[in-house]
Amino acid sequence: MSKGILYDATKCIGCRQCEQACATENGLPYDDKIAAQELTSAHKLTTVVTKDDKFMRRLCMHCEDPACASVCPVGALKKTALGPVTYDKSKCMGCRYCMAACPFGVPKYEWEKAIPGVRKCIMCSKRVAAGKQTACAEICPVGATIFGDREALLEEAKKRIHDNPGTYLNHIFGETEVGGTSVMLLSSVPFNNFGLKTDLTERALPLYTYQVLSRIPDFIPLFGTMLGGIYWITHRREDVAKAEAQEKANHDKGGAE
Amino acid sequence: MTVPRMRFTFWKAVFLVIMVAGVYCTFIRFFRGLGASTNLSDQFPWGLWIGFDVMCGVMLAAGGFTLTAAVEIFNIKRFHSIVRPTILTAFLGYLLVCAALMYDLGLPWNIWHPLIMRNPHSVMFEVAYCVMLYTTVLALEFSPIVLEHFKLHRALKIVRSVMVVFVILGVLLSTLHQSSLGTLYLIMPNKLHPFWYSPLLPVFFFLSAIAVGLAMTIFESSMSSKYFGRELELPILRDLGRVLVVVLALYGILKFEDFYHRGILGLVFKPSYEQRFFLLEIFLSVLIPLAMLLVPKIRESAQGLYLAAVLCLLGFVTNRLNVAITGVENAVGGRYTPKWTETVITAMFVALGFAIFGLAAKYLPIFPEEKAHLPALRESVEGAASDPALVVSELAVPVHAGD
Ligand code: SF4
Ligand code: SF4
Ligand code: SF4
Repeated sequence: MSKGILYDATKCIGCRQCEQACATENGLPYDDKIAAQELTSAHKLTTVVTKDDKFMRRLCMHCEDPACASVCPVGALKKTALGPVTYDKSKCMGCRYCMAACPFGVPKYEWEKAIPGVRKCIMCSKRVAAGKQTACAEICPVGATIFGDREALLEEAKKRIHDNPGTYLNHIFGETEVGGTSVMLLSSVPFNNFGLKTDLTERALPLYTYQVLSRIPDFIPLFGTMLGGIYWITHRREDVAKAEAQEKANHDKGGAE
Repeated sequence: MTVPRMRFTFWKAVFLVIMVAGVYCTFIRFFRGLGASTNLSDQFPWGLWIGFDVMCGVMLAAGGFTLTAAVEIFNIKRFHSIVRPTILTAFLGYLLVCAALMYDLGLPWNIWHPLIMRNPHSVMFEVAYCVMLYTTVLALEFSPIVLEHFKLHRALKIVRSVMVVFVILGVLLSTLHQSSLGTLYLIMPNKLHPFWYSPLLPVFFFLSAIAVGLAMTIFESSMSSKYFGRELELPILRDLGRVLVVVLALYGILKFEDFYHRGILGLVFKPSYEQRFFLLEIFLSVLIPLAMLLVPKIRESAQGLYLAAVLCLLGFVTNRLNVAITGVENAVGGRYTPKWTETVITAMFVALGFAIFGLAAKYLPIFPEEKAHLPALRESVEGAASDPALVVSELAVPVHAGD
């Protein structure tokens, strides 16, 4: 069953322990200066955004049908059956199409390095594969970030909204956005307060390119035949001329004998 | 003739300065990384090198497939004499695109990975394959020129006998990847501004590649006639001008229909950051060249054709940069301008392109044999020299300075 993360902003106290746990888990430095950054980057894979007195976590959404994995020419990014979208630097060639394509601007680049790679939250794929929960969910002291089966989390999110309609916006961010995501967010204030786009299509993004790409195998023989056919037709006259010349030559030869 | 000679020396110096700066920037790029050498950021993972060197590079090389298709497949014989220079430009263009890509890729030594790590759902994967195969095809299409030069008649005969297959393959591959450069952006419906995001993006990229292929051929022929002492084949260019009119008209009408059906015609008249760039693009690429070429007097004259072609080229270059940069700026909330190192590297590739073209034009049988009435026709393009775009082309001149 596919796993997921549910983050409930109404429970979050902004302690940033998830940031710290994530840094430790991914071998990244963490100090007060980094804690103060509210943008994710190659050295900060998750962040708690503060707007007035409200919080919102940002991390990879782990789309059900991720744009990043679909565009990667070498398959360095992959959606695993368990849910996490993982990255393999040994395959990557650094074209950064994943960064251009991600609807949430998640993948970040190690711009300062001479041998750079893409960095993003990978939903602690090793821990998840070992049956554990993600580092950020494990450490959360108030249960604002919880880990579990996506379906169960979705039910839980619906139940929370249903039971406390006054507390929550009636919107589970990630339920349908770009075809649904494994990470889902709940909030009491509009998501775009925190820079999350709310006008996203509900269609999985890879379908937009696939509807063109999938036609190519059919297109090649048709177009090839058309070009060959045009060549054949437009060069008819030369063939005729050649044949006539041949005939004439034969004729002349015949006449001379 | 002493004055031009001095100018040649000046451009030779410019060329050298660009090359030296280019080598220095290359050093920064490969030893200090993309962060030190570019203004790229997490917001702008793609900048000048993708927008110009790759996207415009491929587009400007479209003359190769446009002209081979016209001559070899449609059997339009009167264009025959200008096919070779366009194949040369295309071959050179693709080599430079590949070289520029090595600068832009974060891990360029992994560039061969798509050969064994395949993701057929990726447009980039498809483009990579097409570009790779097409560069090979271009090398083969180009080979007769080299074989002729070294008088290798047997090899020449073999290559010629299978040429049709390569020509068809080349047109097919070009159609695919020229349009696919547009398909690359179809995955960004919420990111790319509606001026440029359209389900028809691949069609627009393909049509504009043909237009640019034609304009580039006109530009090139005018340039060659001026700087390499080649005959200006004005009647041929006039024909190309007519074809260009038709292609531009098709492009313009399709653009209008697309805007109409997506209900964004109103946006064109509403002042905005994107609107300015869009108007610049559409006037330069389609409206002005079309208006010019519809006037018989301009269409028939060498300068008129040349100017229309240059505007058209600038316009479609703006278009590609708009898709790659302007169109996403507001969505990612920022502005991007290339760093000086990025600009120098790009200038280096442009200069190299002109210089290598000049060398090849000098030493290889690119152009048909000269005819007697050359000087008279050459005079007629002289007037175009004051055009700024042609000034760049003089970078090619250093290789001739020793003449
Ligand atoms: S949010 Fe972006 S990086 Fe994460 S899975 Fe979706 S497309 Fe990929
Ligand atoms: S940068 Fe790497 S991971 Fe991202 S799309 Fe390119 S090859 Fe794939
Ligand atoms: S799931 Fe793991 S990698 Fe992702 S934000 Fe949480 S701790 Fe970091």
